[in-house]
Amino acid sequence: MAKEKVVSDEAKKEIEKLFHHLPHKQAACIDALKIVQKYNRWVSDQALEELAPILEMSPNEIDSVATFYNIIFRKPVGRHVIFLCNSVSCWIMGYEDIRKAIKEKLQIDFGMTTKDNRFTFLPIPCLGTCDHAPALIIDEDLYRDLKPAQLDEILAKYE
Amino acid sequence: MERPLTQHIKKDGTPLSLKEYEATGGYEGLKKALKMTPAEVMNLVKDSKLRGRGGAGFPTGMKWSFVPMGEDAPTLKYIVANGDEMEPGTFKDRLLIEGNPHQLIEGMIISGFAIGASMSYIFLRWAYHEAARRVLVALDEAYRAGYLGKNILGSSYSVDMELHTSVGRYICGEETALLNALEGKRANPRNKPPFPQVSGLFGKPTIVNNVETYCNVPHILTKGAQWYMSISKSEGGGGTKLYGASGKVKRPAIWELPLGTTLGEIIEEYAGGMQDGYKLRGLLPGGASTDFLTPEHLNIKMDFEEVAKAGSRMGTGTIIVMDDKTCPVGMCLNLEQFFAQESCGWCTPCREGLPWTAKILMALEEGKGRPEDIGHLTFQTHYNAPGNTFCALAPGAMEPLQSALKYFREDFDEHINSHRCKYHN
Repeated sequence: MAKEKVVSDEAKKEIEKLFHHLPHKQAACIDALKIVQKYNRWVSDQALEELAPILEMSPNEIDSVATFYNIIFRKPVGRHVIFLCNSVSCWIMGYEDIRKAIKEKLQIDFGMTTKDNRFTFLPIPCLGTCDHAPALIIDEDLYRDLKPAQLDEILAKYE
Repeated sequence: MERPLTQHIKKDGTPLSLKEYEATGGYEGLKKALKMTPAEVMNLVKDSKLRGRGGAGFPTGMKWSFVPMGEDAPTLKYIVANGDEMEPGTFKDRLLIEGNPHQLIEGMIISGFAIGASMSYIFLRWAYHEAARRVLVALDEAYRAGYLGKNILGSSYSVDMELHTSVGRYICGEETALLNALEGKRANPRNKPPFPQVSGLFGKPTIVNNVETYCNVPHILTKGAQWYMSISKSEGGGGTKLYGASGKVKRPAIWELPLGTTLGEIIEEYAGGMQDGYKLRGLLPGGASTDFLTPEHLNIKMDFEEVAKAGSRMGTGTIIVMDDKTCPVGMCLNLEQFFAQESCGWCTPCREGLPWTAKILMALEEGKGRPEDIGHLTFQTHYNAPGNTFCALAPGAMEPLQSALKYFREDFDEHINSHRCKYHN
């Protein structure tokens, strides 16, 4: 029996729309990975196999691109992803206190996902908001001038 | 004091709409440019002494002049804005893109006209979600108003523009790596030559400039090269510069000031000096990949020449302040861990040297440092020096370390001798 597809027809159509202004299909590789991730939340081995004929690349070639970039996920992630800035200005301003507080509250450290699949916790290089350090992003929402005491209220917004 | 790039950016944090931008004189520079020849626009930018604002400070007009022009030149050329802003401690382009996206778009259209580009991309880092939304709205407005697309404002010039949001890697800020990322590939830097001006995106002539660089261009068109030079306090370049400060200063922020404003003015007057209870120990003048300077350097001008004379680089112009309660070894460890993680892995000194460096610094912080580690760290600063690596990432990574070994050597020794970091508890 054929496996159920992970790259949906909808995603495939969206990827094929990118081709018209590109000199070759491989040039759409990064955007194609983004599209797959938008629908599936991560990029599985099967997704690479299915992308291969669409992009006219081998699954390994696509994987070499997928694993290069920080926010293409090759492992499943939780419903929400917390990206905590661990670069120099946030380090000076005490991002480690935020990391410790999240660790205590959610029982996960960098690279881990909560058992209920609610949050994945990842470090991220400088978020470009150093005048309001420390900072983090949850999904696409930016939080700045963080104090550990604010975390309960922030995390409660994400189910 | 003139602040052409930021004076109209609204305090409430909302972006200028097309109408609001036009009301401030927006797109007048483009109208003027379309009545000139591309060569005249290029010469005007050359005369203004505009220098690249991404870190290297290369003269912008000269960079453009290497693009093949005339009948024999390729018909397809590209203009690309580098909005990857991932240099730790740097947060200036975010303000320009979020506050006034049309200023960037106009600058890119004029620059595209000067080199005859027919396609353009804004390369934006993933984390700038709000900036991405605003750019998309602004692009839509610009197309509807006839500033983008076919026969711009009735002229014979046509250019399209698209937004590309990156999926995150520091190396994407390196212009040839950025081009590989735009081509859908791993963002490894390319060999130079050929330079992108001749063979860039998809092998076509391409100009990549920093966001802030493009934002200067409309103002040079409307007010002229003489004016642009007159608002600078620097001998070596025209215009203003977006300076910033982060760390334990009273008022961390971004300010647009004349190029060549002194470090002391920025730290003391604009950032309000150090927070109570903290003293200034050192600073990285232009992001993570610049050499430390110390309080004795506060009188130097923040421009390309004077900062270089003092042994560092102006870089992005956003200052990271190190106070007396922050461990210099720990700060170097944080920086080197970042660079080790963000190395693209292409060349050996960077791929192997940076993790090795971070490991040694980690040992020092954990009280496991040995006297010979100073020699190993010094070796790395030579091993990863310019000329030994494929691109500027590893040499940049060594700049804060080599200067920390010079200015804060006693801290390194103390970590080794007392088997601990005194800043932790």
